[in-house]
Amino acid sequence: MDQTILIDENGKRTDGRSIDDLRDVKITIGVLKNADGSASIEFGKNKIIVAVYGPREVHPKHMALPDRCVLRCRYHMSPFSTDTRKNPAPSRREVEISKVMREALEPAIMLEDYPRAAIDVFVEVLQADGGSRCAGIAAASVALADAGVNMRDLVAACAAGKVNDKIVLDINDIEDKEGSADMPVAYLPNLEQITLLQLDGILTESQFNECVEKAIHGCKMVYEIQRKALIEKYFGNDLPEGEEKELEENKEN
Amino acid sequence: MSLSKKSPIVIEQLRKRQMFDLITNGKRLDGRSLEDIRDLQIEINIIKKADGSAKVRLGNSEVIAGVKVETGAPFEGLENKGALIVTAEVLPIASPYIEPGPPDEETIELARVVDRGIRESQMIDLDKLVLIPGKIVYVIFVDCSIINADGNLFDATSYAVVAALLSTQLPIFEIHDEKVVDTGKKQEPPIRTIPVSITSIRIGNNIIIDPTAEEEACMESRITITTNSKNEYTAIQKGSTGYFTLEQIKFTAQTARVKAETLRTRLKELIK
Repeated sequence: MDQTILIDENGKRTDGRSIDDLRDVKITIGVLKNADGSASIEFGKNKIIVAVYGPREVHPKHMALPDRCVLRCRYHMSPFSTDTRKNPAPSRREVEISKVMREALEPAIMLEDYPRAAIDVFVEVLQADGGSRCAGIAAASVALADAGVNMRDLVAACAAGKVNDKIVLDINDIEDKEGSADMPVAYLPNLEQITLLQLDGILTESQFNECVEKAIHGCKMVYEIQRKALIEKYFGNDLPEGEEKELEENKEN
Repeated sequence: MSLSKKSPIVIEQLRKRQMFDLITNGKRLDGRSLEDIRDLQIEINIIKKADGSAKVRLGNSEVIAGVKVETGAPFEGLENKGALIVTAEVLPIASPYIEPGPPDEETIELARVVDRGIRESQMIDLDKLVLIPGKIVYVIFVDCSIINADGNLFDATSYAVVAALLSTQLPIFEIHDEKVVDTGKKQEPPIRTIPVSITSIRIGNNIIIDPTAEEEACMESRITITTNSKNEYTAIQKGSTGYFTLEQIKFTAQTARVKAETLRTRLKELIK
C-alpha cells in the first residue's frame, strides 16, 4: 500500500490540498421542481443530487407506524458515475449505504411529528469521487430542511483517514484506494452527536482518536457551508437579524 | 430501499422497565455486569467436507462457519492477491422472526461488517496465495450459517469465521501446463493476525457489551469495533437509529481493545 506518492515533501496532497483542507464544497438548494425538497452537492469531484418527497401517505399501508413517520432512504449510483460502468441494479454496497445513511439522518428528524406518514429520501450519485456517502448525507439533510421537515439539527458529514502514516481530512478517490484507512463520520453539530461512524483500515489508538476528532472538525466545516446555502436560499441578501454579523465572524475564523 | 420499521421482538413493558432499572444499577437481566461477555464455546473441524470449519456458541447465539478453497480469477484492482470472501446467512431455523428468501438489509450489513472486520485486519496474507499473477489465485470462501439468533450476531459470526480459518488446511494447488492441479497435499494458511470484534450498544446513557436479542430490541445505537493482535483498530461500524457522543465512542473503543485480549487468547489456542 501507499505506493503512489499521496503526500509530497511540501505536505501537499494529490489534489494540491494540505492535510487539514476540505475539498471545495458547493451546495445548491431547490434544484428539482417536482420534489418537496431537493439539493445538489459538489464535494470535490462528487456530484450528487438528492430529492425528498413527503411527509406523505405510506404505500403499502401496512408499513405505516402508529407513533412516528417511516423514513425511507435510497442511495444509488448511476451507471456512468464510476471508472468502469456500474450495473444499475442495487449492489450489496448500496443496500448497506442506504441503511447507514438512513440511520445517520433519523436522529435529526422529528419523526414523531408525522405519525402514519412516510418521508422518502433519494440520493443519486451522478459522479463518484470517494466520500460519496458523506456528501450524500450532507445534501440529504439540507434537502430535508428544504422540504420543511421538522428537524433537531442539520446532519453534517465528512471523512478523515490515514495516508502515508498521516491523519488527513476528507479522503478523495485515490487516497481511499491507495491510502491505509478511511473513516466516514456524520455528526449533529449543535447536539454534538455522532450518527454515523465507519472505519476500514488500520489505526493505532492515538491515530484513532486523532482521526475521529479530525472528522468531526471537518463536519463542522461542512455544517457552515450547509447553513450558508440555506440562508442564501431563504433569505437571499436580506439576512435575518444577527445572522449577517455571525456570517462575517465565521468567515474571519 | 432502506426503511424504519418496528422491532419484530416485542418486549413486555414490565420486563423492559426491569431491564432499564437493572442497567442503571450496573446489572442485566441474565445476571451479567454491563461489561461481561456471555460464555463462548468454540468447536472446530465439525464439517469434514469443508477445508476448515467451526461452530461457535456465544450465549444462545449459534453460528457455523465453513471454509471452502478454490482457484479462480483475482478481484479487479487486486490482481496480485488471493481472494477472501465472507458471507453470512441467518437461516429460518434461527428464530421465529426469520423468513426464507433473499437477504434483507440487516443480513447484508451483518455479512459485510463481518467480512470487513476480517479483510481489513489482513488476517490472511493474501499476497502468498497467487498461482499465476493477475490470472489465477486462491479463492477462499468462508460461508456462515446462523442457526440460533439471540443477539450480537456480529461478534458470534466473526469469531466463527476466525476459528474456521484457523482450523483450515489449505489444499496445495500447482500449475502444470497452464492448468491448475490439486496435489492432494495440504498446508497451513498464512495467518498474520487474529482480529477480534467487540459490539457494544447504548441503552439510555449506559453502554453494554455483547447484547442479547432482548437487549438489542431496546437499544438506541450499536457499534462494532474490530482490533488486531497489535491492539490496533481495523474496522468499525456504527449501526441503529440512535447516536453516540464522542466520549461514548472513545469509551467503546477502549473497551473493545481491553475485552478483545481474553478472546484472542481463546482463539489462539486453536492453533496447534
